[in-house]
Amino acid sequence: MSNKEHMEGTPGQALPTGSSKVDFSSDQEVRWCPGCGDYSILKQMQTLLEQSGRKKEEVVFISGIGCSSRFPYYMDTYGLHGIHGRAPAIVSGLRSVRPELSVWMITGDGDALSIGGNHIIHLLRRNVDVNVLLFNNEIYGLTKGQYSPTSPEGAVTRSTPMGSTDHPFNPMALFKGADGTFLARSMDRDPKHMREVLARADAHRGTSMVEIYQNCNVFNDGAFEVFTEKATKAANTLFVEHGRPLVFAGGTKGIKLDGFTPTIVDLTDGKHAVDDLWVHDERDGFKASLLVRIFHDPRVEGGMPRPFGVFYVHDRPTHEEKLHAQVQRVKQTKGAADLDALLKGEHTWTIG
Amino acid sequence: MSTTSLKPKSVETRQNVVILFAGDSGDGIQLTGSQFTDTNALFGNDVSTFPNFPAEIRAPQGTIAGVSGFQLHFGSVEIWTPGDQCDVLVVMNAAALKANLIKLKKGGHLIINTDGFDRKNLRLAGYVDDADPLTDGTLEHYALHSVDVTKLTRTALEGTTLGMKEKDRCKNMFVLGFINWLYSRENALNEAFLQKKFAKKPELLDANLKALSAGYFFGETSETFTTRFEVKPAPMPQGVYRSITGNQGTALGLIAGAQKAKLDLFYGSYPITPASEILHELSRHKNFGVVTFQAEDEIAAISSAIGASYGGALGITASSGPGIALKTEALGLAFMLEIPLVIVNVQRGGPSTGLPTRTEQADLWQAVHGRNGEAPIPVIAASTPIDCFDMAFEAVQIALEHMTPVILLTDGYIANGSEPWRFPAAKDLAAIHPPFIPAKESGSSSEGFLPYLRDDRGVRPWALPGQAGLQHRIGGIEKQDRTGNISYDPANHERMVRLRAEKVARIADRFKPIRLDSGPPEGEVLVVGWGSTYGAIRTAALRLQGEGRSVAHVHLRHLFPFNKGLGPLLQRYRKVLVPEMNSGQLRQLLRAEFLVDAQGFNKIQGMPFTSEEIRDGILNLMDR
Repeated sequence: MSNKEHMEGTPGQALPTGSSKVDFSSDQEVRWCPGCGDYSILKQMQTLLEQSGRKKEEVVFISGIGCSSRFPYYMDTYGLHGIHGRAPAIVSGLRSVRPELSVWMITGDGDALSIGGNHIIHLLRRNVDVNVLLFNNEIYGLTKGQYSPTSPEGAVTRSTPMGSTDHPFNPMALFKGADGTFLARSMDRDPKHMREVLARADAHRGTSMVEIYQNCNVFNDGAFEVFTEKATKAANTLFVEHGRPLVFAGGTKGIKLDGFTPTIVDLTDGKHAVDDLWVHDERDGFKASLLVRIFHDPRVEGGMPRPFGVFYVHDRPTHEEKLHAQVQRVKQTKGAADLDALLKGEHTWTIG
Repeated sequence: MSTTSLKPKSVETRQNVVILFAGDSGDGIQLTGSQFTDTNALFGNDVSTFPNFPAEIRAPQGTIAGVSGFQLHFGSVEIWTPGDQCDVLVVMNAAALKANLIKLKKGGHLIINTDGFDRKNLRLAGYVDDADPLTDGTLEHYALHSVDVTKLTRTALEGTTLGMKEKDRCKNMFVLGFINWLYSRENALNEAFLQKKFAKKPELLDANLKALSAGYFFGETSETFTTRFEVKPAPMPQGVYRSITGNQGTALGLIAGAQKAKLDLFYGSYPITPASEILHELSRHKNFGVVTFQAEDEIAAISSAIGASYGGALGITASSGPGIALKTEALGLAFMLEIPLVIVNVQRGGPSTGLPTRTEQADLWQAVHGRNGEAPIPVIAASTPIDCFDMAFEAVQIALEHMTPVILLTDGYIANGSEPWRFPAAKDLAAIHPPFIPAKESGSSSEGFLPYLRDDRGVRPWALPGQAGLQHRIGGIEKQDRTGNISYDPANHERMVRLRAEKVARIADRFKPIRLDSGPPEGEVLVVGWGSTYGAIRTAALRLQGEGRSVAHVHLRHLFPFNKGLGPLLQRYRKVLVPEMNSGQLRQLLRAEFLVDAQGFNKIQGMPFTSEEIRDGILNLMDR
């Protein structure tokens, strides 16, 4: 871990801009630390929007507090940088009154899972139509290096010099438990995969939850190295695709379901074939519950590779669809607003 | 209804009457009280009510903790409070007597349900060692009328198929019928109400009608009562009236405001006593473009309202003290964003959970000062149930026209209390004009758009997501003047703190000149009130003026910023008295702002002032 101090407002390395037609980058200087994984996410987000053909004015970014939450300032769209943990609530209010906008929420592991833990589960349960990018770096960056609710047990940080004794969240399992309707994971070091996942998230109606492993090179450098570096990536990651068997390690290994227990099998030992493997069905909620539970340290004996990709997609009416359908119904049965009738109420009497 | 009088009874006229119905929280006392209120209002009396609920939903039956009360003051004169001491106390059991006897005037009528005074009820009420207030002389200074309501109700319902428990539930209608008789009112309105309420339950309808009628006949035939009373109509201004509680008034004021601004209304709220009725009322009116959002907590309630305002709706949240405390950080955000937002605090007894079902005015400092950094937010207060409508409307006006959060203070006393309302016509309410700006052509650059460029009142424009060419970023971090971009520049910060404060201070420019509620334009004592103490102070001040005392009364609606005329007004009296249901919060604000030697008169009991207490307070100060 680098000990380099990160001061608020330290100018960072400017993002090299592409040659796209509509530029979604704002005129504000990007101020993340040089080498931060956030740059990659910003770049993919801008590229996605540029390719989507969306009008800038229809897009809104809402964030909480933390390094990731500065994101809205760097987009030439509408943006609201809120308060710590409350972006889901701000989003819920905005979506309730403006269902036609494209709303994106930017949050981090501390913002979404610690101080905003209550709001995030309710956002998912209500299925508010928003695309959530959860930048998970397993550390508090902006407050300079304390452990987060996703830091592994034993993590040595500024606030846990002898190692963290807290058990971390498995974010995807939490989100599945809250009945999230779109669950996906990607990483900053795989831009192509991230862009594909973000495009899927954008297409989904409802709360699209995308967890992005993002390296904090200042306070938690290399936290996801085992998943992102060329030498170890293939053996320790499992990229799932709808309708495809769960294979990894360059096609040499796979995962089959032994009852309810996912088991690693060797596809080269002559005893197992691809046909034996668990075939990913992103519409299967029961299997998704198992998939999100694959959350081991793959370096530990018997550990499973970490899944990436779109885990679960479920079509359920959104919060705002139901809300507006009800308002419409009431307007039909009760008639249009008549303020005089409202003020008059049901019982009146006359004097004089 | 047709009744045959066995023996003519005399009728005495009263100018005004205070009656308190009290019983177990399951006795239906609130219904008895509100029905009798409606009958009197319809008759033309001026009325004011105050329900008093236990904190627990169903506290142990027969105990003091479970006593529910409904106080009604009605008269042929102007009525400003639910009344001080009661002329009539109706108690359904021993606990209700023990809890409320202190409120009955000496010589007042005490009507008791004897069935509620058996050994068990006496013990539950805390009468120990076989003490029995009915026989031990406790009640010798009152006109006691013992009525076995339970037995009489059961007798009246003989022949119905109802079970004993259901029959006993009709006791409240027996009492209502009897009180109607006692005050020379008819049962007609109550009958119509029951027809509607039990339209689908003919057996219950029949039983309740019978009990109501039996109560009335009991008055007619009983030997216990030799006199009836009558209260003639009050000289109320001509017009069409309805009854309204403070919380209803607040809800309607908010909707009216949204309608006059042609905006949808978003209400984010978390249930809390005594503010929940605003949520209940608003959720009934979705055809007015009202979206109600029962949030996961108080913080989400206000944050969702901020999101809605950001999207161009009128964002509103309400709560009571503990909930407002939770909303504090988000209040700062709304202030910093300079976005319209209305925050209603229906105050209750504090601190912490405090006295949820009791009233207090102890959140004034919280409203005026309770934020980190320098974050002045306009604070206004309602003084009566009707005034809740007017002040909620004004809160919307200020929030939308000045791009600021506004705190509206009411309290449990006026929120639950009701009075007759000569409601306004929609056309007579002012149109509200938020500072919207036109969009540019789609696809055009947002370069040059300044989201924090202020007009001559210091107000910024309200650009909405979706408007082309006005894309901008806002947030809680200190922003550069005009552009809204993040800025850590020291001089800019000081400039922004001052600009935001100045904007809020200038809201006072829109206030009407300050006006005395009553009394001479200069003199001995000025009584300065705010909020729900209005009725008690007005009543006391009018009485003292009638006695030739030099007392004036001004009631503040604007607590931050103050009305510009307040400072000069305070100088025109030798003494200033500030009655409050707290330890002196407005008094301290007045002293700090105007260097005036304001004296406090304070009651911190979770109960409103009586006008008698205020009168004594004023006289004490005058004689000092």
